[in-house]
Amino acid sequence: MAERQFRYIGRKRRPKEDRRFVAGAGRFVADLALPEMLHVALVASPYPAARIRAIDARAALALPGVRAVLTGAELAQATDPLLTGLDIPKVRRFPLAVGRARYVGEWVAAVVAESRALAEDAAERVEVDYEPLPFVIDPEAALAPGAPPVHPEHGSNLLYRRTFTWGAVAQDFAAAERTLSFRARWHRSATVPIETFGVVAQWDAQARLLDVWASIQMPKYPDQLARALRLPGNAVRVHFDVDVGGSYGVKRGIKHSVLAGYLAMKLGAPVRLIEDRLENMRGGDAHGPDRIFDVAVAFSGEGVIRSLRLRALDDAGAYAGRAPLQLGKPVGAIVGPYRIGSVEYEAISVTTNKTVQEAVRGFGQSPTNFALETMMDRVARALGIDRVELRRRNFIARDEFPYTIPSGSTYDSGDYHAVLAKALDAAQYDALLARRAAARAAGKLAGIGIACCLEPSGGNAAFEPLFNPKNETTTWMESCSLKVDLSGTITAAMATSSSGQGHETLVATVIGEVLERDPETIRVVHSDSLTALPSNSPVGSRMAIMLGGAAAGAARALKATLLAIAAHNLGAEAAALDYRDGGVRLRADPSRALSWEALVEIAHRKFHLLPPGMAPGLQAMHVLEVPTGGALPSADGRIQMYPCYAFEAHVVYAELDRVTGQVALGTYVIGHDCGTMINPDIVHGMTYGGVAHGIGAALYERFRYDANGQLLSGSFMDYLIPSSHEVPDIAIVDHCTPSPLTAFGQKGSGEAGYLGAPAAVASAVNDALAPLGLAVAELPMSAAVLGDVLAGAAAPEEKAS
Amino acid sequence: MSEHDIALTVNGRSRRARVPARLTLVDFLREHLRLTGTHAGCEHGVCGACSVLLDGRPVRSCLIFAVQADGAEITTVEGLAPEPGALSLLQDSFCEAHGLQCGFCTPGMLIAAEALLRATLSPSEAEIREAIGGNLCRCTGYKQIVDAIKLAAERLRGSNLGGPGHG
Amino acid sequence: MKAAEFDYAAAGSVAEACRLLAGAGGDGKIIAGGQTLVPLMAMRLVRPALLVDINGIAALRGVAAADGHLGIGAGTRQADALADPVLRRRLPLLAKALGFVGHVQTRNRGTVGGSLAHADPAAEICLVAATLEAELVARSTAGERRIAARDFFAGAMTTTLGPEECLVAAHFPLWREERLGTGFQETSIRRSDFALAAAAAQLVLDARGVCRRAALGLGGAAATPLRLEAAAERLIGTRLEPADIAAARVLAEAAVEPISDLHASAEHRRRVAGAMVERALAEARQAAGA
Repeated sequence: MAERQFRYIGRKRRPKEDRRFVAGAGRFVADLALPEMLHVALVASPYPAARIRAIDARAALALPGVRAVLTGAELAQATDPLLTGLDIPKVRRFPLAVGRARYVGEWVAAVVAESRALAEDAAERVEVDYEPLPFVIDPEAALAPGAPPVHPEHGSNLLYRRTFTWGAVAQDFAAAERTLSFRARWHRSATVPIETFGVVAQWDAQARLLDVWASIQMPKYPDQLARALRLPGNAVRVHFDVDVGGSYGVKRGIKHSVLAGYLAMKLGAPVRLIEDRLENMRGGDAHGPDRIFDVAVAFSGEGVIRSLRLRALDDAGAYAGRAPLQLGKPVGAIVGPYRIGSVEYEAISVTTNKTVQEAVRGFGQSPTNFALETMMDRVARALGIDRVELRRRNFIARDEFPYTIPSGSTYDSGDYHAVLAKALDAAQYDALLARRAAARAAGKLAGIGIACCLEPSGGNAAFEPLFNPKNETTTWMESCSLKVDLSGTITAAMATSSSGQGHETLVATVIGEVLERDPETIRVVHSDSLTALPSNSPVGSRMAIMLGGAAAGAARALKATLLAIAAHNLGAEAAALDYRDGGVRLRADPSRALSWEALVEIAHRKFHLLPPGMAPGLQAMHVLEVPTGGALPSADGRIQMYPCYAFEAHVVYAELDRVTGQVALGTYVIGHDCGTMINPDIVHGMTYGGVAHGIGAALYERFRYDANGQLLSGSFMDYLIPSSHEVPDIAIVDHCTPSPLTAFGQKGSGEAGYLGAPAAVASAVNDALAPLGLAVAELPMSAAVLGDVLAGAAAPEEKAS
Repeated sequence: MSEHDIALTVNGRSRRARVPARLTLVDFLREHLRLTGTHAGCEHGVCGACSVLLDGRPVRSCLIFAVQADGAEITTVEGLAPEPGALSLLQDSFCEAHGLQCGFCTPGMLIAAEALLRATLSPSEAEIREAIGGNLCRCTGYKQIVDAIKLAAERLRGSNLGGPGHG
Repeated sequence: MKAAEFDYAAAGSVAEACRLLAGAGGDGKIIAGGQTLVPLMAMRLVRPALLVDINGIAALRGVAAADGHLGIGAGTRQADALADPVLRRRLPLLAKALGFVGHVQTRNRGTVGGSLAHADPAAEICLVAATLEAELVARSTAGERRIAARDFFAGAMTTTLGPEECLVAAHFPLWREERLGTGFQETSIRRSDFALAAAAAQLVLDARGVCRRAALGLGGAAATPLRLEAAAERLIGTRLEPADIAAARVLAEAAVEPISDLHASAEHRRRVAGAMVERALAEARQAAGA
């Protein structure tokens, strides 16, 4: 498909949102001040497992300004349990612990007071009588017989286990010339936005309506909130025009919201729950994948990968959260960008007495890519083949698309060879090789990292029915509406919140493109959940595709209306007309034309000039189902996951200090193909951010627990987020293979950089260690970890397995 | 409980208040003065989202009690604009270079950048990264922020107005 | 994370600060820059009944050379100390160390005295004070007390300051020699994190490049900053050849008592302590014009 020329799409444009943020005029949830607003602080369990024998709130309630202390027992009576994605009815979760605390930091009681400081004073005075119980911290220990179950009613710590076999795996392994196997460990990290989760709830007892403002990024949030609070769906109004200070998946906050909603209804005053950082890190339930991969690969002597066995054991923490399903999404790209004929994938999700996971950017794809790319590097090393060449040999070729992988997902389009070539060229790969050689000759440890991976995008959550056959959800829609008012200005409405992705700019650009009107003049607002059309939130890298598609659909419908009005008034067929900049004219005689203003007049005021049967006014809406969606998985677990596949190729140079283990990242280039980019600055910005985020996961970030289940890295002093010193300058080189499935050929791109950077940095570090015969397959590879590994080099050489 | 009268200047305007001793400056600005542009990201002095200028220097307002700011001159992000509805050259440069996404760390970044550009109009990349080294961002990877500050410096060098506060 | 309640008083003079501390019966705390104290209060790990604010005492600020030492007022902002031309010229080791302290924002508020009084084992200013054998000056209602650095740092986060004493100044001995070289090397997980190890070195070389005087210290490698006397002694009379530096490193590694924590094993801390000593010595040797 040839690249199309657009007027607005793909061009430099200042995002509309930026202006309010640089002025300090963002509207974040903590900026809201409602009269008589009350504040919540949480009482948290100091034990990883304990029976809650009694809660004595008398001393807390005696403090002036304290309005209530809520316990789990009361809340569990009054609300319904939070939903999990799996069929595990005995694993019940409420916002506050009920009868038993299951991890250090779990919220046991909520204190409500006239200020946050008073609530914290009171929280200290709540006396909880705990009876400590046996607990389990390690996920493999959790699976062992006799391990104390986190949920005794459920019987074991196994939340989910399934082995998917796609293709003749056993035969392919038996027939292969070579095999190798290894373990890779992705320790627990998460997106940790700078703004914590917060929610304000206000109950109007007359209207019987709960207003909710939240820092939210969650599909079906209003619905789940209403359900848990036992309210009708239209008794909850979520305000999606709250600015969200970053999320990248984790801001689901459903337990915080049920808590605040219940308290608002009970106390008859607005209730505000803003996590402080300590609450956020421990009890906020926003941790991420915590995974052990056991990988086996079968390949030929020339490095052609025949078959793959991947076992992924993930430590969900004390409740299911989104962790189990985060094992399901990678099914959609389980072979990465490679032509691998058969795959066996075993997904195991277990409970331990730790904080719960939430959805993290990529929903499990980044850890999986780390395992896959580690595999590729090891195969290359085992055969003595260049790592770049090995990837080229195994890439799906540009003429093979659409390409269906063994798990049933079809990749829409791509040109992996071209993107990799561009990245290598931009990185001046030969010069990098020379630089590495010179560094090594000078006695330094130097390495080049290569990582190639896919970003499945479009957000078809087919992992839900895949992991839970009782959930037959196949609808994953998004909506947009727009209107042209009496004065001819355009206003569009989107149906969900944004957290920095520039959706308002996206919608304005798309509508402007279709209607040929300046996007600067188009205003985009966020509906609330009562007035909003259906939406599934900015998850799964879906908004460019889905919101862009819905906006395009609405704009096209409006354009068709304008053409129909013009056809009727010019006495011609629509095919004889030209639409230009919002006006319409007769192609054969351009003097016969109707301007935008004239068409608007007719639509709004001159009913007598409308085509018969046409509704007055000028408005349109579009609700779009995800392309290729709508099907349930097959019995053997084959399913089309997300529709569109973006691709990225990372090239990074690193030097490693032999003693301190410090990794200094030099040149960092990422070749990126997400099809048509609607706003390049927005796409690039998220990609740079994704790389930085991936560097954090690779080298610095870890939620670390001790043997007693205490979270050691529960503040920013110990959970180390990369600063401007840790992130190198990054160069992005773009490529475009449009998707055949979308309005403009756009693919999604919210996860770019994060999906491949951990693999790329790991690749560079391992390349630097390779001359010493050392290998590390565990993230994060902090300086101290590498220092210990390097010190081990004094011992006899270990060969990478 | 210990309450104290304070008098200080915030964005050029004299303010008086009676505050509890334990109220932090960030909470005072946000809750008492309703200047919600300054953000609290961690409340333990690491993320930098709470940065303001105190007597011209960038500081973490979560680590100062409001009572300690008696007599001080504070500039918050709201005080950077030359007039309501307008943007300073620095703020405008952040828009041009898209040096932000979610906007939460942005006020702190602007304060850090403002302080840097008051000290030098030709900062090196290393100096820029050092100036924002105490401000965490999760969205941008810092690249477009650095670009925005470079752009602002270039534009300020080119204009014949002094200082980044002029539009 | 809101602090527990406390009473607050802004002292107008050192004498007043001391009176206020004495009146608090051991439950008062000085607040200077607050960069370390306030986070602890926000997390409710520290809960003073009275906070005595010394930020308004001008007499506590300033840098002045006199009587063979450089006197730094305890209330001097780290940023001001770093920029002070006298300090930069006369005490280059401290100037180098200050560059590693925190971030721009924390140096604008944090004070030299605050870092010393807090006594974090990895703190750069404490390391230089121990290495150069600074003298700390404390005042209380009972009068003034001068404390040698070796007697000041008692343990991790612990000094021998009494609960009613206020640190007022630090006096750093000035070396008169010409060919003086300094080195300061630090390693941490991220830049500006707490040091896993920091080394401070100050040397004097004679005209032939032979070391005549040496001071060497390690931070982050024990409960207090360590003045490495044996290692420094080992260097006297040598040209700081690789073998001499290596020998100093071995002595340094033997002197440390590092901890293991979530960030690094004790073994890693020991190894990097040795590496920082080597690199600081190489830097100092270079700076001394070798």
